[in-house]
This record gives sequence, C-alpha cells and structure tokens, in this order.
Amino acid sequence: MSQGDWMGIATLLAFLALCGIGVWTFSASRKARFEEAAQLPFADEPGHSPQREIER
Amino acid sequence: MSWWPEGELQKMRSASPTSGQPSGDTTMSANATNEHPVYNYAVVRQFTIMTVVWGIVGMLVGVLIAAQLAFPQLNFSIGDLHLHFGRLRPLHTNAVIFAFGGCALFACSLYVVQRTCQARLISDALASFVFWGWQLVILLAAVTLPMGYTSGKEYAELEWPIDILIAVVWVAYAVLFFGTIMKRRTSHIYVANWFFGAFIITVAVLHIVNSLAVPVSLTKSYSIYAGAIDAMVQWWYGHNAVGFFLTAGFLGIMYYFVPKQAERPVYSYRLSIVHFWALIAVYMWAGPHHLHYSALPDWAQSLGMVMSLVLLAPSWGGMINGIMTLSGAWHKLRSDPTLRFLVVSLSFYGMSTFEGPMMSIKTVNALSHNTDWTIGHVHSGALGWVAMVSIGAMYHLIPVLWNRRQMFSVPAINLHFWLSTIGTVLYIASMWVNGIMQGLMWRAYNNDGTLTYTFVESVQASYPGYIVRLLGGAMFFSGMLVMAWNTWKTVSPGVAPERALQTQPA
Repeated sequence: MSQGDWMGIATLLAFLALCGIGVWTFSASRKARFEEAAQLPFADEPGHSPQREIER
Repeated sequence: MSWWPEGELQKMRSASPTSGQPSGDTTMSANATNEHPVYNYAVVRQFTIMTVVWGIVGMLVGVLIAAQLAFPQLNFSIGDLHLHFGRLRPLHTNAVIFAFGGCALFACSLYVVQRTCQARLISDALASFVFWGWQLVILLAAVTLPMGYTSGKEYAELEWPIDILIAVVWVAYAVLFFGTIMKRRTSHIYVANWFFGAFIITVAVLHIVNSLAVPVSLTKSYSIYAGAIDAMVQWWYGHNAVGFFLTAGFLGIMYYFVPKQAERPVYSYRLSIVHFWALIAVYMWAGPHHLHYSALPDWAQSLGMVMSLVLLAPSWGGMINGIMTLSGAWHKLRSDPTLRFLVVSLSFYGMSTFEGPMMSIKTVNALSHNTDWTIGHVHSGALGWVAMVSIGAMYHLIPVLWNRRQMFSVPAINLHFWLSTIGTVLYIASMWVNGIMQGLMWRAYNNDGTLTYTFVESVQASYPGYIVRLLGGAMFFSGMLVMAWNTWKTVSPGVAPERALQTQPA
C-alpha cells in the first residue's frame, strides 16, 4: 500500500474516533455525571452544597 | 479532615497576601461547609495588572501605526532608531497578542485551574518565575523589534535567544499548570482546563518547531526550513497561534467566566466536550489557507480550504454554547456590563469564525488576499473576541482578587463597553469597505488587457477608510484608559467598598 493509502486510513480512523467521542459524550448514562461537572465553577464557593461537589 | 497539612496551610496563608491590603485569600480560607486550600492569588493579581498595562501599550502602538498609514509624515526616526510602520507593526502585534493577550491568559488560566481543581498552584517560586520570565520576554521584544532585530516570521519575529527564553518560561508554565491539575481535589477536570491545557501544549509545539533556526550571531539566525516548506511551517504555526493561543485559550476563559458571571452552569456541558475535541481535531489543518495561490502545492491549498470550512461547525458550536448559557437570564445583560462584554465577545467570535471560513474559499480569497479585508477580519477576532472576552474576565476578576464588592465604577465599565463595541465596528466596517474596494480595483482591467487602476490609486482611495479605522482604534484604546482608571480606583486601599468577609467558620 502506498503512503497515500495509509494517510487515508489514518484520517478515517481520526474521523471515527471523533464520532466515538460524540456518541460516548451524549450517551444517556453519562448525563448526570456531566451535569455535575458543569457545577465545578461554583463548587468551591462557601454557599455551595457539598453534595454537589465531586470529591476524589 | 483537611487533606492539606495544617502547617503548610498556615505558611501559605501568611505568605500570600500583599501587605497592607485586604486580600482575596482570606475570603477563600477554609470554612465549615466547603474546605479548600488558600489559593495563590499573588501571581494572578500580577498578571491581571499587567494585562491592563500591556493592553494600553500595545493598543497605543496600534493607534500610532494606524495614524502612520493615514498620515505618512508620522513615520519618523530618532537617530538610528527607525520608528516606521515596518518596525512598529511587529511591535504592535507582539504586544497585543503575547503581552496583553498572554497576560490575560496566564491570569485566567492560573486562577481557573486553582478554583476548579480546588488546589493551590504547586509552587509559588515557579509561578513567580513564569511571571517575571514573561515580562522579560516582553521587554526584550519591545527593545529588539524597533531596533530591527527580526527573524522575519510573522507573529514569531523574535530572535533565537528570546525564543529560547520563551520556550523555558513556557515549559515552566506547563509544569505549573499540569502539576496543579495532577493534585486536584475534584475527580473531574473542568472543560476550561482542557482548553487551557490544549493551548499550553500546542503553543509549546508550535513555537519550538517554527523557531528552529541556525544562529549566525547573537542577533541573527536563519530558519532551518527552506522555500515552500518554510512557508507552510510558518503558517502551520501562524494559523494555530490563532487557533490555540487566540481561540482555545480564550475559550477556556469563556467556559469559566461566562457561567460564573451569569451565575448559571454552561448551557450544555456535553456539547463543550464535543466542541473541544472537534476544535482540536480540525484546527491543525487550516493553515494552508494563508498560502492560497502561492508556491504551495495546489492540493495542500484545497485541503486547507476544506478544513477551514469544516472549522465553522466546532466554532459555532462553542459560540452557541456560550451564548445559550444566558438562556433564561437574558435580563442580566441589561444591568451587568461585565456580562455584556463576555456575551458580545461571543457574538464577534461567531462573526469572525463565519468570515474566516468564507475568506478561506479560494475564489473569495482571490479577491480578499493582501487587502485590508484581512486586517479587518483579524481585528474582528482580536478586538471583538479576544480583547473583549479578556476585558470581561478582568472586570470579573479584579473585585475578587482585591476583595471588593464590585469594580469601583460600574458606569465606567458600561462606558468602556460602548467605546469597545463602537470602536470595533468602525474598525472592521472601514476595513471591509477598503478591502473589497482594493480587491476590485486591483483586478479591474480594460478591454485592451491593461490594468484600469495603478496601485497608488487604490492607496489613495483607501484614505477615508484609514481615517475611520484610526478613529475606531482610538476609541477602543480610550476604553482601555477608562479601564485603567477604574482598576486603579478599585485596587487602591480604602476606596472601593470591600466584599463582606466570609472567613469565620459557622
């Protein structure tokens, strides 16, 4: 196979990886987790309820 | 209960605040409901102040060179120091991008990484090194560029000893940033930090690869690349400097400061993840559109054009995500000029990321290339997006960092907002008119095949546009002076009312 074929395959794989990220991100099981992550800018404020915080 | 050794905590508490000034750090000390370490705000304050200072310096040079284009008599020399457009233009671009924009990025990234990771920067000494190292780079640029020392690469003009210093400071910054992420208390790394991280890594790669050169003396070097490859490496660097320095970094600012100022989480966190990966995957390929109709192979030009068109999708995804964060809270725009800065910056971002792909289409580029339209496009991004989002973030940051309830004068923020917006609109509208007119004049020819206009006729026709551009630029610059006054008043001890202290544990 020529170099061009390999480059085509690599581009296709990169494209599939991007589609995979899209599917992974929007799968229903991760909804709650990401909604919690969206609260991170507020998580270190005094008034913020600790339950919403994600502790390691 | 604290994850942080108490002795260490005390040490940091006593070390960080500037003496005699009420410090944001005290507000941030651990309390009953929510414990986190004392953040290093000292370095953030330093970078915040220098953002305002370098903004004024860089934009003043911009106004001067805009005046030089309108009034050529203003190109002058002091002895051997030639302060002509050709010498000052790189000084302007370096000052606004790397001094003003750079300081804003350092301030915001080092603030956001601490607050969203709930961890103090790993080293105060390293933070100081990054600050002073970067200021030294800026000073060296301000001295060498007017003297004519340049490697001739756009946005990478600085000569090799300064390039090495930049690389060292940048690696220190990367260690500081990623080290802080590694010791975070939160399990998730907030999306703003992903954007900052991509910006830091990519700028390191771009800077080092594009600056590879063979030195012939302390002040002169030659690129290791030649011909079309040199051009392609330069614009791979140049466009990704736009993509990762002026876009990814400032999107990191957007993803923290827009939700924070609007007091609501980002519209769609999941969209932000797809936005991040799509932007990272596509931006790298768009550089060749700077080299349309050049010696670059035709297929590379077309590839650059197609990838630039694809780039519209992630750009607008991010813009919509930012603007929609305000859905249900639009009324806040009426009373909060800081939020207005942030949201209008996103509108300009949307405009220039539509204009960019359009200009990358080869047939459009045949008209726009080398005209003032390009300058207008750059400033729609640089003034409307980069500067306005930075200014909005600074107006959010300054009261927090100096423990004030708000900026000294909110009406002054409003004034600054209108000066910036009208200034930007005047700037880009005049450059659109000039650019399209120049493109049309250059390509017009008579029935016998001779050109209808000489070049100098197109320059003459551009004169009114140069005056309007100067006016718009001067307005934007005067807004920065209002900001400096407001910042001075806010920061001065005992002038602006303090934020209520929340230090006592319940």
